[in-house]
Amino acid sequence: MLHFVFKRILMAVPTLLIMAVTVFVLIRLIPGDPAALMLGDLATPASLADLRERLGLDQSLPVQFGIWFGNVLRGDFGISITSSQPVLPLVLDRFWISARVVLIAVLLASLFAVPAGMIAAWRQNSGTDLFLVGLATLLYSIPTFWLGLLLLLFLGLQLNWLPVVGYVSFSEDPWAALLYIVMPVMTLFLHEMGVLIRMSRASTLEVLRLDYITHARAKGLSESAVLWRHAFKNAFGPTWTLIGLVLGNLLGGIAVVETVFTIPGLGRLLVDAIFARDYPVIQGCLLFVAFVYVAVNLVVDLLYPVFDPRVTAE
Amino acid sequence: MTGTIPPAAALDALLDVENLSLCVSATGTEVVRGVGFTVAPGEIVGIVGESGSGKTLAARSIMALQPPAIRRTAGTIRFEGRDLAGLSPKELRELRGGRIGMVFQEPMTSLNPSMTIGRQLEEGLAVHQRALSADGRRDRVLDMLRRVGIADPDGALAAYPHQFSGGMRQRIMLASVMLLQPALLIADEPTTALDAVVQRDVLELMVGLTRAHGTAVLMISHDLSMVARYTDRIIVMRKGEIVEQGRTDGLLRAPRHPYTRALLSAMPRRQPARPLPPAAAPIIEVRDLVVEYGGRRGLFRREAGKRALHGLSLSVMPQEVVALVGGSGSGKTTLGRAIAGLLAPSGGTIRYAGRPVEAGGEGWADYRRNCQMVFQDPYSSLDPRMTIGALVGEALRGVPGMGRRKKAERVVEVLSEVGLGRPYADRYPHELSGGQRQRVAIARAVVRRPAFVIADEPVSALDVTVRAQVLELFADLQARHGFSCLFISHDLGVVEQIADRVVVMQDGRIVEQGDRDTVFDRPAHPYTRRLLSAIPALEPAGEGGVRLKWRFDEAAPEAVPS
Repeated sequence: MLHFVFKRILMAVPTLLIMAVTVFVLIRLIPGDPAALMLGDLATPASLADLRERLGLDQSLPVQFGIWFGNVLRGDFGISITSSQPVLPLVLDRFWISARVVLIAVLLASLFAVPAGMIAAWRQNSGTDLFLVGLATLLYSIPTFWLGLLLLLFLGLQLNWLPVVGYVSFSEDPWAALLYIVMPVMTLFLHEMGVLIRMSRASTLEVLRLDYITHARAKGLSESAVLWRHAFKNAFGPTWTLIGLVLGNLLGGIAVVETVFTIPGLGRLLVDAIFARDYPVIQGCLLFVAFVYVAVNLVVDLLYPVFDPRVTAE
Repeated sequence: MTGTIPPAAALDALLDVENLSLCVSATGTEVVRGVGFTVAPGEIVGIVGESGSGKTLAARSIMALQPPAIRRTAGTIRFEGRDLAGLSPKELRELRGGRIGMVFQEPMTSLNPSMTIGRQLEEGLAVHQRALSADGRRDRVLDMLRRVGIADPDGALAAYPHQFSGGMRQRIMLASVMLLQPALLIADEPTTALDAVVQRDVLELMVGLTRAHGTAVLMISHDLSMVARYTDRIIVMRKGEIVEQGRTDGLLRAPRHPYTRALLSAMPRRQPARPLPPAAAPIIEVRDLVVEYGGRRGLFRREAGKRALHGLSLSVMPQEVVALVGGSGSGKTTLGRAIAGLLAPSGGTIRYAGRPVEAGGEGWADYRRNCQMVFQDPYSSLDPRMTIGALVGEALRGVPGMGRRKKAERVVEVLSEVGLGRPYADRYPHELSGGQRQRVAIARAVVRRPAFVIADEPVSALDVTVRAQVLELFADLQARHGFSCLFISHDLGVVEQIADRVVVMQDGRIVEQGDRDTVFDRPAHPYTRRLLSAIPALEPAGEGGVRLKWRFDEAAPEAVPS
């Protein structure tokens, strides 16, 4: 087990390395000079050269990469060009804001979608099944920004139940903070629920066809025992993998939803940094996102044997 | 022509099915029509029939376990005098498992892979025998596991199904059902997926256990010799109807219905030995072949491989049919694939017509064109998106000096040879039956006029009557075109019918080889003797009837622990 974890973490190293190089090179392929952007109209060639030297932009690309990567290995992700804040605390702060929304949304979506998908499969072709499949298709077909706008329109503007834009941190005012994240959570929850219902239904259908389900019925077990004791664990595997992928994706950035609800999350930080050509922040964000993705999938893989003893950690 | 049951038998019958009809709810197509039979307490009754005969549906509907798309339209099912239609869901659940048990065909999917054996066995007891304490249940489970021959019952409780072989899983399955001491056991093709030797052991166990408890058995099978060996009565079904039923010995001796006769005459049987043309040199010569699997390259080290073949030597003469027999895991398929060049051997040589065969070497292309293969499953061995004509024609690619028109002619010619003809060239595999697909697979193998064909279980997936036709076709083509053949099969009946020479494999080694009559009549190796004594043959006995014949009666069947 420990050996496996160690091996998996080691295997993530090349991924992160490739990611670092790609990110570094790609950003510099985009036209635009951060020094010029910062100085704006006041730029004189002398002040520009001075600033470029201070930011290290006058060095060759390999040297710049070497310096940056060396610092990263020491845990120093640099200083933001625009805000002069250290990058790592900045990224972590913003990440927790996004992660809170994402984790609650995905947890709720899984809690609803997995049983819903199983019931739809159990009553295949019935009215219930038709309704659930229709609902799922509708939910995942609606783009999140549109769904977010609709929620803003109805719950915020028309009914006035929830605050429309902005963000309050939990340390300031927990109740207000809760009110502010209801709509973003709901947006993601509804969308991902659609995706997960379909997966849960499909994998349950697959399992319900197998002989051990008939065998369980032939033993005289009740339908709920058949469904929850025998079908659930076996049908949950594929859905679990999908939950991992969804989580990895969303944690990596929900820029669209954050923009709609003006939440200062990781996605917004990245988008703003790209516009400002804030190289250290972009690099820090992307590297962190890649790391989160690898970490989430590692956790998902490690937990897989819980549902399927045929899969061992080796 | 339905066999009549004396009314006296129906009176004290354990199970009495009358006029049962089932149909597909969506289309209204009847899949079982007016089926009626009885099972007396303690009796073993076999239902035989080919795929689509409705035997499984009829049996599953007794416990109301037919698929949701199938609806019962008529008929009554009485069990211990009670009409099952009138039961509440709760009463039905008490009957399931408690009074009627069911064993399934596929040991790989009939146990829940994510639950320990102990829990799966215990949960039935917990439902049906509530008075029993947890310790009491555990003792009963352990006792039953011991009786079905599980070596370490305590260890088995905490183990998962995938840790057991197919035969062991089927024993566990049997334990799980017999634990509840049902009055009737429905066994749906209980041993079809198992090797002959294991099959015999499991059946003996099943019969022994059910006799000990006075449990009646309804055994569904397509395997006539097995049903003949173990049942008291036989019911023959075809296309949803019962065509004939009666006592096993009488029905086999003097079958009345033409379909029963056709079924019995389709059983493979030994043909007189063929004279082979004298040949100086073998066409295929394998020397000291070693195949190793695995050796998965880890991050830090290379894991040791698993040796599948331990230095085999084998030769096939021109026009000769060599059968490769052995249990699963004996390496027979691996050997076939290695000879076909689909697997790189780790050691040894393969010679074709005297020249060594090596991937990419000289003569490799020529060998690959001259060596063709037929696979077991006609449903997955044909590309569903290619027409039959294209599938067969593909084998002609890369044949030097053959024009497009010539190729098209050859495809049609071969399709007629396999009994399909030109109209099939434009069809797709899904439009064909299993037997027709296997004909296409054979056409694809012989269209190039190869010198050597490897057939890996080519008729195992086919029904009895279709199997007989395909075997006849194969023998016919072989006689006409004179190709040599390596015929891989676990079915001794088929091997006895078509092989010139038999090679017996066990655990990656050849344990015996010789001409067919010698191997079948005077087997030298203990494993061959066990194999031959596992399942009896049915040999013709006049009037279209058959009688059971032991191929090799070595010892009394294994005693059942009780």
